[in-house]
Amino acid sequence: MVTIDVYGSLVIFTSEGTSMITAISARRRAVRLAAGVVGLALTVSACGSSSTASNGATSSTTKAAEATTTAKTGDSTTTSGAVMEQIPATTLNASGATFPQAFYQEAIKAFAAEQPNVTINYAGGGSGKGQTDLQGGLVAFAGSDGLPKPEDAAKYTGGKVLYFPTVAAPITVSFNVDGVDALNLSADTLAKIFQKTITKWDDAAIKAENADAKLPSIDIVVAVRQDASGTTGNFTKYLKAASPEFKLEPGKEVKWPEGVQKGAGNAGVAKLVKDTAGAIGYVDFSDAKATGLKFASIKNKDGKYVAASLEGASAALAGAEIKDDLSYNPLNAAGPDSYAITAPTWILVYEAPKDAAQAKATKAFIKFILTKGQEMASSVDFAPLPKALVEKALAQLDAFAK
Amino acid sequence: MAAADTSLAHEDRSHLVAPRGARRDGIFAKAVLAAAVLVLVILALIAWSTASEAWPVFSKEGFRFIFSNRWNPSKGEFGGLAFVYGTLVISLIAVVIAVPVSVGIALLTTEVAPKWLRKPLVYLVDLLAVVPSVVFGLWGINVLAPKIKPVYKSFADAVDWIPGVNRVFVSQGAQGRSIMTAGIILAVMITPVITSLVREIFATVPLALKEAAYGLGATRWEMIRGAVMSHSKSGLISSVMIGLGRAMGETIAVALVIGSSPQITSRLFNTGDAMASVIANNFGEADGTFRAALIGMGVVLFGITIIVGVGARAVVNRSTKKLSA
Repeated sequence: MVTIDVYGSLVIFTSEGTSMITAISARRRAVRLAAGVVGLALTVSACGSSSTASNGATSSTTKAAEATTTAKTGDSTTTSGAVMEQIPATTLNASGATFPQAFYQEAIKAFAAEQPNVTINYAGGGSGKGQTDLQGGLVAFAGSDGLPKPEDAAKYTGGKVLYFPTVAAPITVSFNVDGVDALNLSADTLAKIFQKTITKWDDAAIKAENADAKLPSIDIVVAVRQDASGTTGNFTKYLKAASPEFKLEPGKEVKWPEGVQKGAGNAGVAKLVKDTAGAIGYVDFSDAKATGLKFASIKNKDGKYVAASLEGASAALAGAEIKDDLSYNPLNAAGPDSYAITAPTWILVYEAPKDAAQAKATKAFIKFILTKGQEMASSVDFAPLPKALVEKALAQLDAFAK
Repeated sequence: MAAADTSLAHEDRSHLVAPRGARRDGIFAKAVLAAAVLVLVILALIAWSTASEAWPVFSKEGFRFIFSNRWNPSKGEFGGLAFVYGTLVISLIAVVIAVPVSVGIALLTTEVAPKWLRKPLVYLVDLLAVVPSVVFGLWGINVLAPKIKPVYKSFADAVDWIPGVNRVFVSQGAQGRSIMTAGIILAVMITPVITSLVREIFATVPLALKEAAYGLGATRWEMIRGAVMSHSKSGLISSVMIGLGRAMGETIAVALVIGSSPQITSRLFNTGDAMASVIANNFGEADGTFRAALIGMGVVLFGITIIVGVGARAVVNRSTKKLSA
């Protein structure tokens, strides 16, 4: 029984990568060792697994041989295809913003075709969760619609945090008014509608901007998010920036006036707008399109009414000022073609991660998002970043995990 | 006399049992004790870790956290009275609706219904308990809320002239999603729980008591009131309290139908918010003090459920004493 038990330890030796010869000599030594020193206790503890261990010794060596052959063929195929360094098996856990999640899922799928050994789990959960998880070192990277607050900086125990912009998307102002297909709205009018100081669709302020529309005299039903959300944050930050009429405190959760209707998630608000005559609400672009909502053209900083579109969003990014840490604010951006309510999103990472293997995979994934990922963005209703921003992001990527 | 008898029997047996058995008894007792202590330790750890995570908001807001109604996370104001209020009100509505229904079902399945019907009825009600709460929530938001909106409206119109009552049942434009709707959904959810507890209690009423009541010429209704109900009083109270505790902790279903407006209103057809649902709605996006405030809300909820549980025990103890006296 003792010898079988030693076979068990032999399995461990070989799987750790020692050559067979040393493994055998190790076995001889181990026989004496086990028989002499370890004695009864070890024997008893190994009894249960002894029979499988002796079989396992041979099968594990064959498996190891198989593994090397597959690794070799794997190498040869990639060198014959593209010049792409294969990253060894790594799992990246990530969490955070749900707003870009549809894009990240697509990117992860496409990335897996290039790097089949890397598994990425992007768990969503919200920007706040992503930031908390990154603080706790639970994730390799976090998705976030906003950047960490300065007062939280001390909580990031892994050191300096880098921000990588990934994509952007317009937030629509969707409405449901019978007989009205197009609607022009300025920030001032929007602010009054969402504060319920304008309560009827045929209000003079709305009429003034929409001379041709047949506006009915029905109540405006304001639809907002019931859950704290980056979409609410960006929408209210836009209103605050663009209109002195907006008196509420912008943020992910806003103290709306009484009587507003609340829906869970973008899909919930979209459903509210679709089901309620006279409703107006802010909904992200892809959900508004998927639900088949009509959305308004918003007066931008240059005084032009621009409908929500990916081109309008990209124009807004081009018009935004980019800071050295790659933070930028595309809300209420200048430029005649800019769509005024365009929301940014970032991936947050520690500049010098502890786990080198994970860092390498993370770096490859971010690079993928900034290059091939940009071409895929519009297929899932996200706007790609302008070239200048991509270049800055790629330059910063060189500083990551050096 | 009876007590002395059992103690004697016990002593006798301990003489007969082999020492090895006695040792095993000791091990068993210790294992059971360890399990019980483990529960307490886990409870204490939960309380400690949540309270310490929520500490930033406790130290910032103090008692305002549960006694102020200023909730504006963007401005850094965290007064959660509206959530405490909402949780208590919807739980009360749920209990008020669910208890009579549950007692009715329990009586039907123990006393009234023909024997062949009892088992299937019990099975049906128990089936209700295994429906996941998110299903109740989705049903509430997609089916119940739009259907019940006109009912609220006509009810509100009907009682509009009664002073006092109209402050409770009338609201500016009755909404499908409201405190009342949340209460109704909760009532449906806790009915199977209360029913099965009450049924068990009714089943323990001694046959002799019932026969005695009939023997005195009582009708079935008089028998139920005199024998079944009075014998089950303390058990009834504790089942109601268990139901109340369940209602207070229910999260997703409430989050979907309550309308999520942190306001204190006497109007039950208005939107409101509750402790568990504000946590569920906001936790993913919350950071800093906001996150601490949501965890703090969890601590308060924990505290309130403990108070309800302990309160239930006290009530039960008092009524059992009264019964035995």
